Amino acid sequence: MTHQINWEFPQALEDEAIYILRETAAQFEKPVLLFSGGKDSITLVRLAQKAFYPGKIPFALLHVDTGHNFPETIEFRDWLVNHLGLDIIVRNVQDSIDQGKVQEETGKYASRNALQTVTLLDAIEEGKFDACIGGARRDEEKARAKERIFSVRDEFGQWNAKMQRPELFDILNGKINIGENVRVFPISNWTELDVWNYIRRENLRIPSIYFAHEREIIERDGLYWPYSPYLNTTAEEVPYRQKVRFRTVGDMTCTAAVLSEADKLEDIIAEIMEAKISERGARIDDKRSEAAMEKRKQAGYF
Amino acid sequence: MEVLRIATSGSVDDGKSTLIGRLLYDTQSIPQDKMEALHAASKRKGLDFTDLSLLTDGLVAEREQGITIDVAHIYFSTPTRKYIIADTPGHIEYTRNMVTGASNAQVSLILIDARRGIVEQTYRHFFIANLLRIPYLVVCVNKMDLVEYSEARFNQIVEDFQQLLANAGFKGQAVQFVPISSLYGENVATRNGAIDWYQGPTLLAYLEQISFDHEDNRHPARFPVQSVIRPRTTEYHDFRGFAGKVASGHFTVGDEVVSLPSGQKSRIKTIEQFEKQLTVAHARESVIITLEGEIDSSRGNMLVKADQVPAQLKEIQAQICWMDQQPLTAGKTYLLQHGVNRVKAKVQQINYVTDVTSYQAVSDKTQMGLNDIGSITLKTAAPVFADSYAENPANGAFILIDEYNNTTVAVGFIATP
Repeated sequence: MTHQINWEFPQALEDEAIYILRETAAQFEKPVLLFSGGKDSITLVRLAQKAFYPGKIPFALLHVDTGHNFPETIEFRDWLVNHLGLDIIVRNVQDSIDQGKVQEETGKYASRNALQTVTLLDAIEEGKFDACIGGARRDEEKARAKERIFSVRDEFGQWNAKMQRPELFDILNGKINIGENVRVFPISNWTELDVWNYIRRENLRIPSIYFAHEREIIERDGLYWPYSPYLNTTAEEVPYRQKVRFRTVGDMTCTAAVLSEADKLEDIIAEIMEAKISERGARIDDKRSEAAMEKRKQAGYF
Repeated sequence: MEVLRIATSGSVDDGKSTLIGRLLYDTQSIPQDKMEALHAASKRKGLDFTDLSLLTDGLVAEREQGITIDVAHIYFSTPTRKYIIADTPGHIEYTRNMVTGASNAQVSLILIDARRGIVEQTYRHFFIANLLRIPYLVVCVNKMDLVEYSEARFNQIVEDFQQLLANAGFKGQAVQFVPISSLYGENVATRNGAIDWYQGPTLLAYLEQISFDHEDNRHPARFPVQSVIRPRTTEYHDFRGFAGKVASGHFTVGDEVVSLPSGQKSRIKTIEQFEKQLTVAHARESVIITLEGEIDSSRGNMLVKADQVPAQLKEIQAQICWMDQQPLTAGKTYLLQHGVNRVKAKVQQINYVTDVTSYQAVSDKTQMGLNDIGSITLKTAAPVFADSYAENPANGAFILIDEYNNTTVAVGFIATP
């Protein structure tokens, strides 16, 4: 059966997200917005702009740069920050490696995705951030489906699924002990399609890798991996040029591409509606085990 | 596009997760890779069918035990409507998570196993739906395939449930009974002909036609102030706007408003939503309100219309659900959060604790334990401007926070004035 495309964005979701952002700014001393350069964090920036307009966004962005990002994402990040006059803090996974706090993975599937948790936790501690606003959505993954809007983490950044605070109506309790922090998820109730419809409605700019373009790829495990100096390839894995786009933006070592001709938002939305693979189906980091995300969340991943 | 929020509840093994899996499956909401993962996981468990329930139990501990511990939020859409399902636990020890999941719902979906009929947990679930005044109640009699799709069995359960409604002093929400088989998808989204004696809508057809009458737009206007926006830039040098989400009712430019608790009056000059200027703000809209005169109002205060001022409460009677391991003790002080406003509150007394299976009030209790529901009297350090939950849910609920460990220990429903 073919889906009927609904282009309409459910307005209730924006009102809810703005309310959550205002609560975060009011209840915490030093919130920060976790910015990856992907569509969800771009949406968060727009929502924050709306929540405090005509005032400025009252918190900085924090980008944990793995060093293996798509160059297009970094270029976009710098443009956005500049264009909107935002404050940004960048922390590098490379520094954590140089300090001997984490070790680079080896082998064919080596990725820095798991390493960024340590850099993030260090940045939170150094910056004394008591609230980290993230663009995670409950529809992405089943461990995320269990997340509260205000999700308390202990001083090791750990999420305790069995001991989550009850969260009732829209009454948000952001009281925490020193050393703890809260992860805030204003777009918890949005789906991938909601985000795209919002980007379309708001006419937001996004990194070019979301649109179909020709690039070097290799095929591995039935997925199209972007070819880059960071990818450990075998002799049989020969890169070739192919027209692709990305549905999510993570590291170049853990985000697979999809074959696509969609070069404008309407085509992307139509393509998602018809897609047979879920959004995170192209996230290699989730494929490590059935509980990959839950384990990373317990360790302090956002 | 409207968003319809549903809370599901049922006893363990009533097939709740299967029902949700079925709804997603029948609305083509499960992508192929997730479906394949389900096939593989079912096979590993030694099942000869695809266990759709594996879709929703997201935690390792849940999959190990085959039960739901915490609320999962699940999404699907039809061409007309976006649905959010709060899949809440059925176990008695996770009742607080059930209340958490149900607090934002417009529809309470209660599952009953056709073989077992009404069980203790049904009373508890119904009690909570009733306490929260969820406007729509759908009772799904599941596993009809295991009672040979018996009409008599279904009618018996409907009759038993009607008796339960009568005994509970049910507040008159809409109730719909649907006989289903989640496993075979009978009457969930489609009719396959096995239940030909049933003339009513399928579950999905019923959900699709629920109307949004937005009752809270008809309630008195309440605007809790989240923060004051003062940019102090050259362009907006004198701008002073009150940011918040309309809790109930609506506000129009020109309305005379009172700021509580100061009691100062002014008129609404503008209602703004980013770069847009509105003439009216409805319930649940996040906006910024600017006023004609300079008045004293800040976070935690409330703007209301001058002719609809709520009661000023320093003593509150409320029904509460206790959610903490440590029992509630009369005489202890907590933080009471009503909307975005926090005040200290002392528990004067426990009036009674309700037995949620017999609906009997037990009045000699000095403590309330985890998952207990009852009535207490609170004394607050500063006045709270609230409505009764029955008259205006959006301004009639609160939470209690333990000052020492900061956790949310109770949810309350104001009974006074």
